[in-house]
Amino acid sequence: MTEIQPIIRLENIDVTFEQKKQSVKAVKNVSLDILPGDIYGIVGYSGAGKSTLVRTINLLQKPTHGNVVINGTYLAKTTDNKENYIASKELRQQRKKIGMIFQHFNLMNERTVAENVLFPISHLKLSKSQRKDKVNELLELVGLANRANAYPSQLSGGQKQRVAIARALASEPEILISDEATSALDPKTTNSILQLLKKLNIELGLTIVLITHEMQAVKEIANKIAVMEDGEIIERGSLLEIFTAPQKQLTRDFIDTATNLEDGLRKVKSQTAIKNLQAPDIFVQLSYAGASTDQPLITSLFKDFNVTANVLFGNVEILQETPVGTLLAILSGKDTDLTAAINSIKKQNVKVEILKGELA
Amino acid sequence: MTWINRTFPNVIQLGWSSDLGWGTAIYQTLYMTFVSAIIGGLLGLIFGFGLVLFAEDGILANKPIYWILDKIVSVFRAIPFIILLAFIMPFTNFLVHTTIGVNAALVPLSLGVFPFYARQVQNALVSVDDGIIEAAQSFGATTFEIIFKVYFRESLADLIRVSTVTLISLVGLTAMAGAIGSGGLGNIAISVGYSRFEADITFVATLLIVIFIFIIQFVGDFLAKVSSHK
Repeated sequence: MTEIQPIIRLENIDVTFEQKKQSVKAVKNVSLDILPGDIYGIVGYSGAGKSTLVRTINLLQKPTHGNVVINGTYLAKTTDNKENYIASKELRQQRKKIGMIFQHFNLMNERTVAENVLFPISHLKLSKSQRKDKVNELLELVGLANRANAYPSQLSGGQKQRVAIARALASEPEILISDEATSALDPKTTNSILQLLKKLNIELGLTIVLITHEMQAVKEIANKIAVMEDGEIIERGSLLEIFTAPQKQLTRDFIDTATNLEDGLRKVKSQTAIKNLQAPDIFVQLSYAGASTDQPLITSLFKDFNVTANVLFGNVEILQETPVGTLLAILSGKDTDLTAAINSIKKQNVKVEILKGELA
Repeated sequence: MTWINRTFPNVIQLGWSSDLGWGTAIYQTLYMTFVSAIIGGLLGLIFGFGLVLFAEDGILANKPIYWILDKIVSVFRAIPFIILLAFIMPFTNFLVHTTIGVNAALVPLSLGVFPFYARQVQNALVSVDDGIIEAAQSFGATTFEIIFKVYFRESLADLIRVSTVTLISLVGLTAMAGAIGSGGLGNIAISVGYSRFEADITFVATLLIVIFIFIIQFVGDFLAKVSSHK
């Protein structure tokens, strides 16, 4: 069996900006393989270098060092410590296979929706009816079929992003780069755009690279995640791996924000039940992924160990059809019962973290 | 008619089609304005686009070319027009073999207006969102497409607005050129009306220039409005 070839391969990418007196390394020795059909989320705070990194994929940002390989074609290659780039004519051909959408949509204000959508294929010299068909087909795909003759200023943010997606798909690319595409949209619209991206991923087999500073966006649709900080990828893996076993503090912060745990914890901690917690009661965080969610955990605590659980906060995420949950609860009971209960919970692959109180 | 004859005696006397007639003057002003607008406008467009495309963050970033364009524009922009008229006379003579009349005026008028227009074009183009240019690049657009289909189209309304402003200041320049003998309404207002103390002639010449400028402003505003969809 042959291994699946990555559609995007970044090898040892450096991007250095030469400023007046100093040089700033925006991306440091990053390597990344993205497979066909992936929705790859790249998460990081602004300034982490994620936009710069992703712009090397279509050479909007030329890497100072490293290889950019798209579908086997080298767009940038380091030989003998010198960086070489593909000729500009071939680069334009390659760019047509890589669609891109942006935070601020970047539609041409003076052109209609139809003209915007056709812009990337204006070199094709289509007949009037072919153009009309193409526009209809693309707008149908993004759910905006009746707005072909509107100008961008007449559209809402979500509609503009749909037009931008239709435009990015006009040249039938295999890759779509989304640069903070939902960051300027409200939560409801964000969700509808993400669902649209997911649909395109499934129906067209589109490979999507999703940059964002919101883990929520990634959580909805990505199958893989890389977390960037200070120009480097500090952690990467499948969505489930990252969410259930994050290794780095930054990753944990992102996840806690995305699952509302951060918020929940803050509110719960200010409750009197926690402030006046009496020994031997303990305040715990239970985290679980997959099948263990189905076990009637709380009920069995009482039935088997005589331990009562006062659940103060709960959250369940369905990540790629796998439930991932977090509970914040006060467990009360006798010393020995509590210890036995905790051990039993741990055996069921549930992570237990004691946030306040001690086991005897 | 007698009222007009009494109030504007010299205006009527000047006639329509003589060398200093009203018809001739109007024609000369229109001729100087539009021909130098075309020559100076083309130069201004070329320099204005150059200043944006070759700038440090432009799509054809090139420091030396930008430096040269920038300096040429700055130097010509710094020379007061009335001095430019005298200063480039030898060059005018070389180019059109005369230093008087409307054709001679075209040279300083074009050179006088182009740096002003170039800066205005530069400002109009700079206001096109960088993101739109980046998007076009990401779709594999050629430099030619980015110049004409993106920069030009996206800033068209602004270009029309700055062209209107430039055209109006150009009418002002033709009046100044007229004062030193190139003909036109400015010539009549100064060398006839003012010099011979025939105030009615100055009045009518000024009125005509004002009407001309109002028409330009009106047409410019209208075109800018219909070409904008922001």
